[in-house]
Amino acid sequence: MAKRKSESATVLAKCRTGISGLDEITEGGLPKGRPTLVCGGAGSGKTLLAMEFIVRGITEFNEPGVFMAFEETAEELAKNVASLGFDVNKLIRQKKMAIDYVHVERSEIEETGEYDLEGLFVRLNAMIEAVGARRVVLDSVEALFAGLPNEAILRAELRRLFRWLKEKGVTVVITGEQGDRTLSRYGIEEYVSDCVIFLDHRVHNQISTRRLRIVKYRGSKHGTNEYPTLIDEHGLSVLPISSMGLNYAVSDERVSTGVPRLDVMMDGKGYYKGSSILISGMAGTGKSSLAAAFVNGLCRKGKRCMYFSFEESPEQIMRNMRSIGFDLGQWVKKGLLEFRSMRPQLHGLEMHLATMHKLIQGFAPAGVVVDPVTNLSSIGDTDEIKAMLTRVIDFLKAQGVTSVFTSLTAGGSAMEQSEVGISSLMDTWLLLRMVESANERNRILYVLKSRGMGHSNQMREFILSDEGIRLLDVYTGAGTVYTGSARLVQESKDAAQALADQQSAGRRKRELEQEAMSLEAQVRSLKARLDGMHDDLKAGAAQEKSRLHAAATERDAIAKARKAD
Amino acid sequence: MTEKSKPKPKTKSKPPASRQAGEMWNLRLYVAGQTPKSVTAFSNLRKLCEEHLAGRYTIEVVDLIKNPQLAKGDQIIAIPTLVRRLPSPMRKIIGDLSNTVRVLVGLDLRPRKDGE
Repeated sequence: MAKRKSESATVLAKCRTGISGLDEITEGGLPKGRPTLVCGGAGSGKTLLAMEFIVRGITEFNEPGVFMAFEETAEELAKNVASLGFDVNKLIRQKKMAIDYVHVERSEIEETGEYDLEGLFVRLNAMIEAVGARRVVLDSVEALFAGLPNEAILRAELRRLFRWLKEKGVTVVITGEQGDRTLSRYGIEEYVSDCVIFLDHRVHNQISTRRLRIVKYRGSKHGTNEYPTLIDEHGLSVLPISSMGLNYAVSDERVSTGVPRLDVMMDGKGYYKGSSILISGMAGTGKSSLAAAFVNGLCRKGKRCMYFSFEESPEQIMRNMRSIGFDLGQWVKKGLLEFRSMRPQLHGLEMHLATMHKLIQGFAPAGVVVDPVTNLSSIGDTDEIKAMLTRVIDFLKAQGVTSVFTSLTAGGSAMEQSEVGISSLMDTWLLLRMVESANERNRILYVLKSRGMGHSNQMREFILSDEGIRLLDVYTGAGTVYTGSARLVQESKDAAQALADQQSAGRRKRELEQEAMSLEAQVRSLKARLDGMHDDLKAGAAQEKSRLHAAATERDAIAKARKAD
Repeated sequence: MTEKSKPKPKTKSKPPASRQAGEMWNLRLYVAGQTPKSVTAFSNLRKLCEEHLAGRYTIEVVDLIKNPQLAKGDQIIAIPTLVRRLPSPMRKIIGDLSNTVRVLVGLDLRPRKDGE
């Protein structure tokens, strides 16, 4: 004891459980050589956790283990975990595991004086020695309280048992039923002071969720949150998903939206890789189709995609998308696309989160679609959904997965407000709208926001055709927006107007030409008059000059004649 | 483990008329080493048997320190434990057998009082 204590004085030695996620949140496993109490209500997975601890100890860490069961026989236990792929009987034949079923029947027992539980010690010891066990499970030792009338003796003996197990240096998992206001019904947590794990199986709105929490872990750091826990064909897994903080690496890489014209609207390149995209709109605005376009675009490039649908079956999605020219079936066949369709009510939010987490980790897609997130509101309130989606988005961003979430806007509510209050979590927000005019409904798309890129401010008419999605310029004239046939009408009106304008311009031109010609004629006649006037002036001047000359000559002649001096 | 090798108690369907005269009693006392409690239990048992079952009983003492695997068969956890293997049905009495009344009740040598 003293020796081990000095060893662990620096770092507490840990015993890995091999249960996925549990070792992460305990930062390395359970305290080595010490008892850990696993408590929880009926059906919370205590026995499973304990069994996995033993089986994985053997198969993954080569540490033989002993399982002392107080509630189920060895055969029952083996059968129960066989469905998880644990071959307990084989491990027993290999002498790596031992199961002892301790059965205490109060009606068979008559108490007649002093006794102790040495028999239990002997049995445990015999098994530990037979397989060289490093791990021990007592499931659940509290059954003794029901079987033995003298609680004082029992408590003293349990205290001795845990001390004895510590001295043996084995890592022990003790399970205990949850009590009324205590962790375990008979308060055995008072003997197990090193590590207490609490398993919870909650039902909220008729939907059950499993959670795991580390109540205490003496001498070690540990995650303190409640972590969603999953029991599936691979056993128990704890999902250490909490908000991972905002320190993920970002990428300048771009991912096509699957709609060329939409790419153009976003810098000409599309979404950022690893960003989160919200497509919101009312019913029938084409949210799923836009998401399918994204999936189709990614798969065409040979990238993997995962499609979580909360309202349609994979077949239905594939059929519907075929009608607008997206053959998603081919990608499913090639293993590039995986659909997960489930009703939100199938399990709780945490469970959805856990499932998505697990599937995404397993499939490693480049893109994920969640269609629609708003359906989750049937199983949680806005805050819970927001918390869950924050974790999903943080996780996806950390993985560099581009994610598209569709959000159904209820009729009558503000367009620029997403149902589940997640818009601030999103990097890009595409808004789809229905515009009603001239007895028509037409779809309009615009980029409400897109962080980190110069995106178009234009509204585009969003057309679903059998060749896919097309975006057209909307007609914006005279302060109104025209879409659909109104746009066509307006366009033809414009064309007529243009023709008329052209014609009137020609007429005007001719008129002007005529006027110019007549003016020119006037100018010409005036000029002729002017020239005549000039000639007259010139002629008049010459006449005057010759007359003056003649007069002077005449004067000289007269003077000469009068002999003037 | 290997409890198959040890002799199985023969629990044939006999009527629980255990106090019949002439019936053989097969008792087994589980102890773990020579502790004061086991010694007390053994001497209490001897005295009691001589008094009530003279000549028609056998006592087998099983020391779990020597044969730990035997604890499993009779589902022994408490020490000392007295098991009435015959006549059937099997009965278990734990403790050092110092409370004679309770031992007799437990062994069906005295009828249970109401409420017990």
